[in-house]
Amino acid sequence: MSKENVLEIRDLHSSFFTDSGVVRAVNGVDLVIPQGKIIGLVGESGCGKSMTAKSVMGLLRYPGRIESGSIRFMDKELVGLPDKELRKLCGNEMSMIFQEPMTSLNPVLRVGRQVEEAILVHGKAEKRAEAKKLVLDMFEHVGIPEGEKRYSCYPHELSGGLRQRVMIAMAMVCRPRLLIADEPTTALDVTIEAQILQLMQKECRESGMSILLITHNLGVVAEICDFVYVMYAGRIVESGSVCEIFDHPAHPYTRGLLHSMPVIGGDQEYLYAIPGAVPNLLRLGAGCAFCGRCEKAQDRCREEMPELKAVGEDHFSRCFLHETEG
Amino acid sequence: MMATEANVNINAEIGEKDGVKAKLRRLCRQNPLAVISAFVIVAVIILAACAPFLTPYREAQQDLLARLQKPSSAHIFGTDELGRDVFTRILYGARVSLVIGIIPPAISLVIGIVLGLAAGFFGGKVDYVIMRLADIMLSFPSLLLTMVLMYTMGRYANSIVCIFAALALAGWASVARVVRSQTLSLKEADYVEAARSIGVGKWKIMFRHILPNCIPSLIVLYTLNVPSCILSESTLSFLGIGVQPPAASWGLMVNQSKQFLFSMPWLALAPSVAIMIIVLAFNFLGDGLRDVLDPYLQTR
Amino acid sequence: MSEPSAATEQKSGEALLRCENLTKTFLTNKKQTLHAVTDVTLGIAAGETLALVGESGCGKSTLGRTLLRLLPATSGSVYFHDVEITGMPEKAFKAVRPHMQMVFQDPYASLDPRMTVRDIIAEPLKTYHMCGSKEETTERVLELMEKTGVAGDFLYRYPHQFSGGQRQRIGIARAIALNPEILVCDEPVSALDVSVRSQILNLLKRLKEEMNHASLFISHDLSVVYFIADRVAVMFLGHLCEIAPKEELYARPLHPYTGFLLNAIPKTDPHRRDEERRLLQGEIPSPVNPPSGCCFRTRCPYATDRCREEIPEMRDFGGGHMAACHCL
Repeated sequence: MSKENVLEIRDLHSSFFTDSGVVRAVNGVDLVIPQGKIIGLVGESGCGKSMTAKSVMGLLRYPGRIESGSIRFMDKELVGLPDKELRKLCGNEMSMIFQEPMTSLNPVLRVGRQVEEAILVHGKAEKRAEAKKLVLDMFEHVGIPEGEKRYSCYPHELSGGLRQRVMIAMAMVCRPRLLIADEPTTALDVTIEAQILQLMQKECRESGMSILLITHNLGVVAEICDFVYVMYAGRIVESGSVCEIFDHPAHPYTRGLLHSMPVIGGDQEYLYAIPGAVPNLLRLGAGCAFCGRCEKAQDRCREEMPELKAVGEDHFSRCFLHETEG
Repeated sequence: MMATEANVNINAEIGEKDGVKAKLRRLCRQNPLAVISAFVIVAVIILAACAPFLTPYREAQQDLLARLQKPSSAHIFGTDELGRDVFTRILYGARVSLVIGIIPPAISLVIGIVLGLAAGFFGGKVDYVIMRLADIMLSFPSLLLTMVLMYTMGRYANSIVCIFAALALAGWASVARVVRSQTLSLKEADYVEAARSIGVGKWKIMFRHILPNCIPSLIVLYTLNVPSCILSESTLSFLGIGVQPPAASWGLMVNQSKQFLFSMPWLALAPSVAIMIIVLAFNFLGDGLRDVLDPYLQTR
Repeated sequence: MSEPSAATEQKSGEALLRCENLTKTFLTNKKQTLHAVTDVTLGIAAGETLALVGESGCGKSTLGRTLLRLLPATSGSVYFHDVEITGMPEKAFKAVRPHMQMVFQDPYASLDPRMTVRDIIAEPLKTYHMCGSKEETTERVLELMEKTGVAGDFLYRYPHQFSGGQRQRIGIARAIALNPEILVCDEPVSALDVSVRSQILNLLKRLKEEMNHASLFISHDLSVVYFIADRVAVMFLGHLCEIAPKEELYARPLHPYTGFLLNAIPKTDPHRRDEERRLLQGEIPSPVNPPSGCCFRTRCPYATDRCREEIPEMRDFGGGHMAACHCL
């Protein structure tokens, strides 16, 4: 494992074992997060992006579990790590923020105390007073005005943007090496979203922390990510640096996604639309999962799963087209 | 293009309406226990109706020489302290117990649905009045309420009608509460607003959109009410205001056999098992009905 | 209500649906007054798509619902074909209702889970006795399904058996069943995935071209609005800030809030991300306790004393471009 990588996921398989069958939500994912970078994981609902994050954080609950693969965080293998060990890492060396800042904060606890909890649990401070000082510093750092006053507020007394800032403060207070952000701005308004993105970018630059940003919004990706992974039906279909992905998208799915976004100032009579919908993970065939919606699908695509192949510098795509196109 | 989009239920019979027959077939396949329960209930009803043809004894026929006998070929469930055949009394008792178990909960269900829907849907004063009434009903000891009713009404109507009225009156309040709280939340549902935006009338919204979505909890409430009514009847009978001896009912039999519980357990066992079977049958049938009526479970 | 279609011909070019000084307040649980919509005046012409944009809680959905009389207005009036519908008796309003229909945001919640697709789409037809027989109804439902791109095979399926995109198509089929003159779409694509979103947007645009109804498109996504709208109205905290034809608004935003809103949209070009961006600071004030004067002044970098004291009026800047700001 190279020194610069904070997290390395190799051939991860995580599945849900339901009554109607095994749902292979994460189906052989490889993903690398270098230090100090923001990595985007893009895909539609049900493509397995949140499941990947939960696998890393050890948050999978019955009927879901990791089947095989390896997740290396710094020098530790996380797959098969005892719960107790994993808990020491979570919230300390790596932490997560969620989409809905309302439901991920305990409504009956003052927000200051909730942030403090993270500090005390991981032994970053001995006394409450010490911890409180850390919390107030962190509040100022993430741009919560009047920290002293907010410290004793209940979650419902704060606006959505402030709640998400509290969540970020809670995730950041132990100075993690890796922050996993699962759709952190989806529930927020555009003007607040821009503020939160700016804050995350600042954190990344200043503290050398890495961020795994899970989102369905390509605009957000273009805005702050360094490297992008595109996921479809449990697999990575394309990965590359953000400029490569946006300038030369290789996989038909990525092309379709970029194409189908309405552009301000554009003169579109109709939008490009990828036909059909995401396939049911219970009924995946042997071939490429996208073949049912792909305009360029051939017989081979239905029978065989293409490999992730290099199509440029640090740019990989999972499609047979690249072989014929050269 | 669309064929790929509806990603569930590829193999269901496409384009055909799911008729009653198909529903029954599915019920048999998915929930055999419910079907068996339905048969049990029907069987018990038939047995109760045909009681005179199934036993050589009469309901109140005493045989003081054959008191407290153990089960034998002459008396399959033995005899009680007055020498009456327990099997015969179970058959006759089923008439009273079944009627009391099925009808009063049904009446309270109807009253509860109407009042609960009205309270939840119209809100304001209607809601206030109905809910305070329900609160009074719930805070009043139901046994006391029934007793008062029985004593005052007993003069004008026969006792079984009084029991019906009393049990139904004691049961509607909890139904109304559940229906009201569900109505309150369903009233805000997007699809109810969608119906309003189309211009669907109040009554149609109440009975087409809100009520059907309350069905699962109503079924649970009903199946819980059945045993409690059967048992309430026994308490009333014990207090001397329910079914009058020598007529039989299961509750009454359980009550009378208490003193022989250790020496002659079969006396208590027979009616208790009868109650248990009926209660279980209703519960399983309720579960099955709920599943059949649930569109989410129709495609498995 | 006399013949609505005759009225259109007489007053063509005028607003099909308009509201004057429309205000809607709610009482919160703590008996405080929440000002959801304050003093809004706007009109939608026949065949036009007006987009209503703003952040969550700005009152855009409430305005849409009040216009359709799904919520009673606190004060002000709504006119449909120059007939006031606020305060119209329920019976008389029943004749107007079929001309104004709605598409909802959440396709998972807006369809009754216990009704089949046929019954859902047939409900408006049955309510207004549009079809004589059962067969005729089914025929019409199938026709609507084809129009919105739902396979007719799925007539007797339940909503949960469909994907989000398909459900939204069903919701649209229900809304156009009565051939409405105006369709209010409340965030119809914000609950959908990216790849399905463009399908639904195309469908809405195509239907509009075919049926030529007016529509009020409520959205928070300015790029979606650019695609679908003819005119755009921007709302902030219950007030209308600016209203202008689409190209005009995007090219020359007058109200400072519109400018910030346009600026905050994430750029889809990674090469342009290092460009200097002015971000709006602060949070949205509470509608329970809105600021005095101009509601935007607490976040506005140009705010003056006048903004504190005086509520800005909507002023016309030519070409149908109107904005409410003292600084212009």
